[in-house]
Amino acid sequence: MLAVNPILPELLLAVGAMVLLMIGAFSRDGAYGLIRTLSLVLFGLAAFVLLAFVDSPADAFGGMFRVDAFAVFVKVLILVAAGFALMVADDYLAYRGLRRFEYPVLILLATVGMMLMVSAHTLLALYVGLELQSLALYVLAAFNRDRLRSSEAGLKYFVLGALASGMLLYGISLIYGFSGTLDFAILAERLKNPATVHPGLLTGLVFLFAGLVFKISAVPFHMWTPDVYEGAPTPVTALFAGAPKAAAMALILRVLMEAFPGMVEEWRQLVIIVAIATMAVGSFAALVQTNIKRLMAYSSIANMGFALAGVAAATPEGVRGVLIYMVIYVLMTVGSFALILAMRREDGWSEEIEDLAGLATTRPAMAAAMAIFMFSLAGIPLLAGFFAKLYVFLAVVHAGLVWLAVVGFIFSVVAAVYYLRIVKVMYLDPPKVEFSPIAGSGIPFVAGVTAALNSPLHLLFIWPLVLVAGIAANALF
Amino acid sequence: MNQFHVIVFGPLVGFLIAGLFGRRIGDRASMLLTSLLVSLSAVLSIPVFIDTAFSGGQFSVPVLEWVQVGMLHFTWSLHVDTLTAVMLVVVTVVSSLVHWYSIGYMDEDPDKPRFFAYLSLFTFAMLMLVSADNLVQTFFGWEGVGLASYLLIGFWFKKPSANAAAIKAFVVNRVGDFGFSLGIFALFMVTGSVGFEKIFAKVPSLAQADFIFLGHQAHALTVIGVLLFIGAMGKSAQILLHTWLPDAMEGPTPVSALIHAATMVTAGVFLVARMSPLYEHAPAAADLVTFIGATTAFFAATVGLVQNDIKRVIAYSTCSQLGYMFVAAGVSAYGAAIFHLFTHAFFKALLFLGAGSVIHAMHHEQDMRRMGGLRPMIPLTYLMMIVGTLALTGFPLTAGYFSKDSIIEAAFAHGGSIGEYAFVMTVVAAALTSFYSWRLIFLTFHGRPRASEEVLAHVHESPAVMTIPLMVLAAGALFAGWGFHEFFVGEARGEFWNGALAAGGGRVLDHIHHLPWTITYLPTVMMVLGFVIAFWFYLANPAVPVALAQRMNGLYRFLLNKWYFDELYDLLFVRPAFRIGRALWKIGDGRIIDGLGPDGVARAVMAGAARIRRIQTGCIYTYAFAMLIGVVLLVATVMLAERGF
Repeated sequence: MLAVNPILPELLLAVGAMVLLMIGAFSRDGAYGLIRTLSLVLFGLAAFVLLAFVDSPADAFGGMFRVDAFAVFVKVLILVAAGFALMVADDYLAYRGLRRFEYPVLILLATVGMMLMVSAHTLLALYVGLELQSLALYVLAAFNRDRLRSSEAGLKYFVLGALASGMLLYGISLIYGFSGTLDFAILAERLKNPATVHPGLLTGLVFLFAGLVFKISAVPFHMWTPDVYEGAPTPVTALFAGAPKAAAMALILRVLMEAFPGMVEEWRQLVIIVAIATMAVGSFAALVQTNIKRLMAYSSIANMGFALAGVAAATPEGVRGVLIYMVIYVLMTVGSFALILAMRREDGWSEEIEDLAGLATTRPAMAAAMAIFMFSLAGIPLLAGFFAKLYVFLAVVHAGLVWLAVVGFIFSVVAAVYYLRIVKVMYLDPPKVEFSPIAGSGIPFVAGVTAALNSPLHLLFIWPLVLVAGIAANALF
Repeated sequence: MNQFHVIVFGPLVGFLIAGLFGRRIGDRASMLLTSLLVSLSAVLSIPVFIDTAFSGGQFSVPVLEWVQVGMLHFTWSLHVDTLTAVMLVVVTVVSSLVHWYSIGYMDEDPDKPRFFAYLSLFTFAMLMLVSADNLVQTFFGWEGVGLASYLLIGFWFKKPSANAAAIKAFVVNRVGDFGFSLGIFALFMVTGSVGFEKIFAKVPSLAQADFIFLGHQAHALTVIGVLLFIGAMGKSAQILLHTWLPDAMEGPTPVSALIHAATMVTAGVFLVARMSPLYEHAPAAADLVTFIGATTAFFAATVGLVQNDIKRVIAYSTCSQLGYMFVAAGVSAYGAAIFHLFTHAFFKALLFLGAGSVIHAMHHEQDMRRMGGLRPMIPLTYLMMIVGTLALTGFPLTAGYFSKDSIIEAAFAHGGSIGEYAFVMTVVAAALTSFYSWRLIFLTFHGRPRASEEVLAHVHESPAVMTIPLMVLAAGALFAGWGFHEFFVGEARGEFWNGALAAGGGRVLDHIHHLPWTITYLPTVMMVLGFVIAFWFYLANPAVPVALAQRMNGLYRFLLNKWYFDELYDLLFVRPAFRIGRALWKIGDGRIIDGLGPDGVARAVMAGAARIRRIQTGCIYTYAFAMLIGVVLLVATVMLAERGF
């Protein structure tokens, strides 16, 4: 095996982003199509290089950066999610006149940030990765700068993100002050058997945690999510709902499992409180939504709550459950957004759930795919979403938190209501709106692949996924 | 695979093919296939009967390991001893004759494959029941025949009365089944097994055992015997649980012949005979069996006197004859009980199919008041009905003569107050039986025709496919008693039963040959008496019954309304049950469970969701405020928890 620099995949993307920026800047028409294609190639290349580190963990920059099976697993997921989000954007950008070369480049840079987050092994690297990702995402949220809602979304996200970053940094400084290190491994060593946990350290941990869960929009740090999801251009929302969530969740896992294993009792209750609040708000608030993008925002909040329940297990099995959950979550969500991007009428995109009425008769294939995603999100057996919840709750039960699993089940029943309502609207209500055909093969491809992976066909892949996720999870312990 | 598998599973195959593919293969193929498969079972079971009954063979053919849970362990196997062999012959022969007969009878019905599928399903379940070697398999067959009975009573599901009758049969049987299942549980509790062999091996050692239940002490075997008998009462329509049988006549007539006369309703008798080693050690339970049997024999016969529906008369007659069988089983004359079961199957199926032939000829007219004078038009049916009536009333040397007389004699020989009660009841019932049977014949075939011209013009003899089964059954009704009484109840019975029944088929049977001649001839005298009265009432002087009914109006109404059992049950059980149900529905379910449960929760959820939406103002400072408050609360919680709060 060739000796590969651990940071090569990130370097590829970063340098590639610069080169593509140059191409874009110096070509007359912006060359969006070429840059988009080359970005996808870069994603593929990076994923391929990553596979070298599956069973040879490596460090770089004096231990600030680590590649292990866990990192490879999540990074591949991020690359796939980002790639899908890029693929489904074409039609929307063309229609709205947003085919600018900065779009793929920003996604590339955000992806670099996400990958750095996943590999962060000190609190400083963590912050750098987080900000690199966030800055690119703020710009993307406001990408349609001529539209008020898009600008508003970008601004809201930026201000609240800055507040969250402030909390994060404050937490980091407290932790550094009370432990004298930023390195995860040394932190774990120093906090192994704390006779008493200093209140300052505890406060630092809470602030750090708050800054991190802001990115997965956990309650009460979730309030930006519906507004940003609704206001941002839909392809950007499709990106937001997928890759960054996976990256942030991976970061939370790595920080909690690698840096604070000695303080499980302290952070577990934190996670449980936030998980329950997140599940509750995500499940209940979605019931009254009429806009499908807002609904998906609350859906992703609820899903993050379920995943957090798996974090609370604090066992390799729990981490495995969360990883499986994130994979299936990304497939469900990106697929759903691909279909939302296909809801175009003559006069622009329709975002109301009511407009899906009678889809089963007007566009049966689209309705079937949507039904698969909704059933899967609701966790109905025979669809992939069932296994996502199963493995998380199984780990929770095995960790002795039976009551938490029960609470999760109850909320998943509540959440099932609004997913099933969409199916009902599509299949039982008379048609109202005629959607126009969409251009490009990106949306059908992504929707088709993700629907197939969520359909009962997933039974062919679920077992390998469980195995690989298990290997990745063990890398943290 | 051997002949036993073919006998038992042939009808199942017929059921599956006719049931699943009946529409595809067509009416004719479905009818022929099911009839041929059941006939094959019948042909194969005769050598099995000869092998077991006369060569002392016993067979046990395993089918599969069924249940193995903790202490509970039993297999699914086909166990064939003489008792089973007798039942095999009865079930398969009558069933195959009924199948063939139905081809003619159901000629005009559009749902022939379904009908034949149900008939075959019934046959399979009945064979399952009789070939069981453990109580669970018996129960399986028991429920299977119950299901088939339900489906067939309600076969004409567009008739509301048929549906009501089917549901009634099912519900009343459920009461009996509850007793049966409790009996099985109790037996498992005291013996640790559900297999017959193991149970019977343990029974003698349990003769003195007691149960203690809620502070009450009771003799274990008596309790079990009573519980099992409650099951038998339901299935065999004994008094208190008899109300479903007359209503079951809503089903097609071949069904009445097969299920509600010859086979299923005798399952209760079979069960008591099968459990005879247990009843030998539970005399009190056996006395109850006799008491209920004797009472039913009398009660059903009195109701039969005044019924006007030709099938209902025969239905009450069946009920009454089943009572006879229980009398025999209760006085430990198990051989006589099974003997009567055997002969009764022939002559009662004959009577039902004959009645069916009449009904067929009269275009589904069942009321005897609108018949009369049919003898010259359907002479063959008339002849067959006469044969059946002779056998039922116990005319010397016919089947009923041997079997019924041996029951009456056994009751007398058993003695004691219970024996005397049973003797008196059965003797009186014999006279009543003779009366109502001949009344049926006279009203239907003699006198002036009372049907409309139009109907009379179309009266015709049934086709050969219906009359040939009648003739086969008539042969059985004439000769089955004469040919077999020596084996079932006579000197040769010990060898014949070969341990299948306790006490060599019954202790008292040895004594019946030493009874005074007055006793021996009494049933025959009663039979003649009944005939004479019927002749006087309905042929010689038809004004007499009308006058009598007027003079004793109270008694007449009492009998016509079947001792008011249905009304009583309606008052005691049905209406209160509806009241309770309505209360639970409106208040318990509607207001409490729905109100606090689904509806209430849904309301609360929507209210909560609306509140969450209100917090979502869209203003950035609200969001920032929520974040700051959130982080403060989290710090506070963690701090407090750390301090041990």
